[in-house]
Amino acid sequence: MLLSDASQSHGLFRRLHIDTPLLLGLMVLAGFGLVVLYSASGQDMGQIWRQVIRLGIAFTAMLVLAQLHPDTLQRWAHWIFGIGLAMLVAVLVLGVVGKGAQRWLDLGIIRFQPSELMKIAVPMMVAWYLADKTLPPRLRDLAVALLVILVPALMIAKQPDLGTAVLIVGTGFFVLLFAGLRWRWLVSAGVLAIPVGWALWTFAMHDYQRRRVLTFLNPESDPLGAGYHIIQSKIAIGSGGLYGKGWLNGTQSHLEFLPERHTDFIFSVFSEEFGFMGLLFLLAAYLFVLLRGLYIASQAQDSFTRLLAGGLTMSFFIYLVVNIGMVSGLLPVVGVPLPLLSYGGSSMVTMLAGFGILMSIHTHRKLLKS
Amino acid sequence: MSKSKQQIGHPQRLAFVKGLMLLAVVALLWRMGELNLNQRDFLQGQGDARTLRVVAIPADRGMIADRNGEPLAISSPVESIWAQPQDLAGVPERWDELASALGVDARLLARRIEQRQQREFIWLRRHLNPEHAEQVMALEIDGVATQREYRRFYPMGEVIGHVVGFTNIDDVGQEGVELMMESSLRGTPGSKRVLRDRYGRVIQDVESISEPRPGKDLQLSIDRRVQYLAYRELKTAVQRHRALGGSAVVLDVTTGEVLAMVNQPAFNPNNRADLDSRRFRNRAMTDVLEPGSTMKPFTIVAALESGRFRADTPVDTSPGMMRLASFTIRDIRDYGKMDVTEVLQKSSNVGASRIALALEPKHLWDTFVRFGFGYDSASRYPGEAQGRLLSWRDWREVEQATISYGYGLSVTPLQLARAYATLGDEGRQRPVSFLKLERHALPRHEQVIDPKIAREVVKMLEEAVQDGGTGTRARVAGYRVAGKTGTVRKATRGGYDDDLYLSVFAGLAPASRPRLAMVVVIDGADDGDYYGGVVAAPVFSRVMEGALRLLDVPPDELDTLEGIRVAAMGEQQ
Repeated sequence: MLLSDASQSHGLFRRLHIDTPLLLGLMVLAGFGLVVLYSASGQDMGQIWRQVIRLGIAFTAMLVLAQLHPDTLQRWAHWIFGIGLAMLVAVLVLGVVGKGAQRWLDLGIIRFQPSELMKIAVPMMVAWYLADKTLPPRLRDLAVALLVILVPALMIAKQPDLGTAVLIVGTGFFVLLFAGLRWRWLVSAGVLAIPVGWALWTFAMHDYQRRRVLTFLNPESDPLGAGYHIIQSKIAIGSGGLYGKGWLNGTQSHLEFLPERHTDFIFSVFSEEFGFMGLLFLLAAYLFVLLRGLYIASQAQDSFTRLLAGGLTMSFFIYLVVNIGMVSGLLPVVGVPLPLLSYGGSSMVTMLAGFGILMSIHTHRKLLKS
Repeated sequence: MSKSKQQIGHPQRLAFVKGLMLLAVVALLWRMGELNLNQRDFLQGQGDARTLRVVAIPADRGMIADRNGEPLAISSPVESIWAQPQDLAGVPERWDELASALGVDARLLARRIEQRQQREFIWLRRHLNPEHAEQVMALEIDGVATQREYRRFYPMGEVIGHVVGFTNIDDVGQEGVELMMESSLRGTPGSKRVLRDRYGRVIQDVESISEPRPGKDLQLSIDRRVQYLAYRELKTAVQRHRALGGSAVVLDVTTGEVLAMVNQPAFNPNNRADLDSRRFRNRAMTDVLEPGSTMKPFTIVAALESGRFRADTPVDTSPGMMRLASFTIRDIRDYGKMDVTEVLQKSSNVGASRIALALEPKHLWDTFVRFGFGYDSASRYPGEAQGRLLSWRDWREVEQATISYGYGLSVTPLQLARAYATLGDEGRQRPVSFLKLERHALPRHEQVIDPKIAREVVKMLEEAVQDGGTGTRARVAGYRVAGKTGTVRKATRGGYDDDLYLSVFAGLAPASRPRLAMVVVIDGADDGDYYGGVVAAPVFSRVMEGALRLLDVPPDELDTLEGIRVAAMGEQQ
């Protein structure tokens, strides 16, 4: 019921270009986030307030972007992408190093992460490029689109920020998929991936990245070193059992055994304290937001908005799967936050900006036609 | 054309994506089910293994107090800092900070951490006061933790160091009463389960497994006031006579309790880092000496028992010397004809020898054995020496004669004091006790000589302190004193030293009904005086005077109180 179109009936929200079901889902998730963060941060109200401020900024960004007409975005797409690319170059040349990686651009007042901009700019650019081509795309268009995806992704991987690079490639791939990528190309890409993967492993990956993959395959091989994160995280998740230990009662997370517990590994804290039942509820909330996003994509009226909406929704999906897969030991640790729950600013602003675009796409439809 | 293709392609793709999403969610749920439901027990066990620890709760060591309950050894809580070297090795940039907070050398600390990286545990510094430990812990350095321990404090310091002894850093008794009573003083540590964080800090007590049982408090027989008096007087005398050292023992004649026991040089058990361990010996029990003339009363006991002598039996000591084979026994001067009492009073070696030679060797030997010579005092005190008493079968005439005035056997000051106490208690020999005894539950005593003879010898010993005796400086105002001086040539390797003497005084007070027995030994007085009556007797007098009053012993010579005090003052000047 909520997945179908209810937003038309609300006058005020309609005028503010807000999609009510989407807003509701996001707010529920953000609420979860604050509750878990309070526990994970050791009941530090300072962190809660900082997170509330970030949420405020992020939701504001969402509201602002919801007002922008999709046509405007379409006109700006290649400019935004171009600026993003230029900034990525700048980061590689003169960026600020933080936590062993060069990701930040110091703009005097604020430090800015251009890779965040690219999370939106890449699907937008691909959608823009394919919008006036015949679909499914021909091989030549596909090649250009792949360039649009891979060039920034490689630059981001070089920073190195493997998580964001994977995310951008994934999002781009889903845009191509929505555009009608032919199955046989998909299959041949899959076959091609094997030698490419080997080449990446041998020539492109950093030692620490290789180590992550290896410890992912066998975390117990280095329980005190690289495998420590995953083992501790699995212990925390599993300790929750069916109903969890209860809010604020997690031991693994509170006794400093769990690393990065309020950022990338907040899911483990959630699982320890709320158990399997809590996880079901959390996943249901995420699934609701995702399905609403896909519904919006399916209702979009032109190629650009349809591809963009699909891509942004799927980037949210990739976040979710990669993060949960990572903390539960299904995927390597690549440093991707859990959307709306993890403590931290940049990615949340980007994500809600993306949802702002989804709202804009949905609320600016030309309804006279129907 | 393109429009229609879009509309054909899209729903298929959408379905595919939805299918993919479903697959992913199912995979994640399956994984969560695996972790949360299937492996839950294993993972929870792993989690508990990381956070739950059984730790020992240290038990309080029992307090040692004197007979009036004044503390002599108490335990106070301290914190010891330890570390997990692996964690600490990960933060080398904080070592300097840690070293300065601990107050240890930074290079030594670094070397220690590096050498023991593979260990699970190292002490960083032990026995810090809690405030200091708190400062160290406030640094929040990885791998650094504290352990509560107890440290022994000895409020009286060196005054009673030898008797009480001390514990090592692990709170285990090493010397003295601390060692003797270890099993009773030491408590049984308890244990509890605690929740610890990754840095080893205890976050929460989960459950108590067993309560610690504190050690038993102990009340010694020592009276700290008498002990202090003895300590002060002995130290003063040793310093004044530039002596090598000395010992003093005060026994309660009526119970066998040790009221005071001191040695010089002393040591402070609270701070003994740089001390020679030989200083820790409680010489009053562990070291032996030849008792010299202080042995004569026991020869007299044998003489009276034999029936051949009475107090007034004449003994000819002229010409002040006596030759036995190649050995000559001498008196200071020719005392001529004297009676048995005078032999004791003037301390005639020739007289004692003549008496001894008139007795059966076996009987003389047996008398000494009955007084406890050659055996320990049943005190159970660690390291007590038994002394040495040659069997009568091995005696020649020379041995039989010299042993009568205290050469050729060795005794501890405590043994000597106990033998005098036996004499003072009408021949009742009691085990020596360092623990306070209840008067109604005294351990069994043994009647070793006839009470009449004991009273008689005490009476003779009183004469030795009177004018004309050798021990006049042992007198105590208001009390009658019985006692004997001894001036002993010190036995050294290969014979007797011409310059080194032991100055000894052994005595009882009040003589009418003895309550205290005391032995004073001063070793190697070096200021020209070395006679027991000059060096040791005044110590006896001062300690006895104080002790008798402190213990409320009724004076038995009130009429002479003034006169003696004046005389004593005159003597000092």
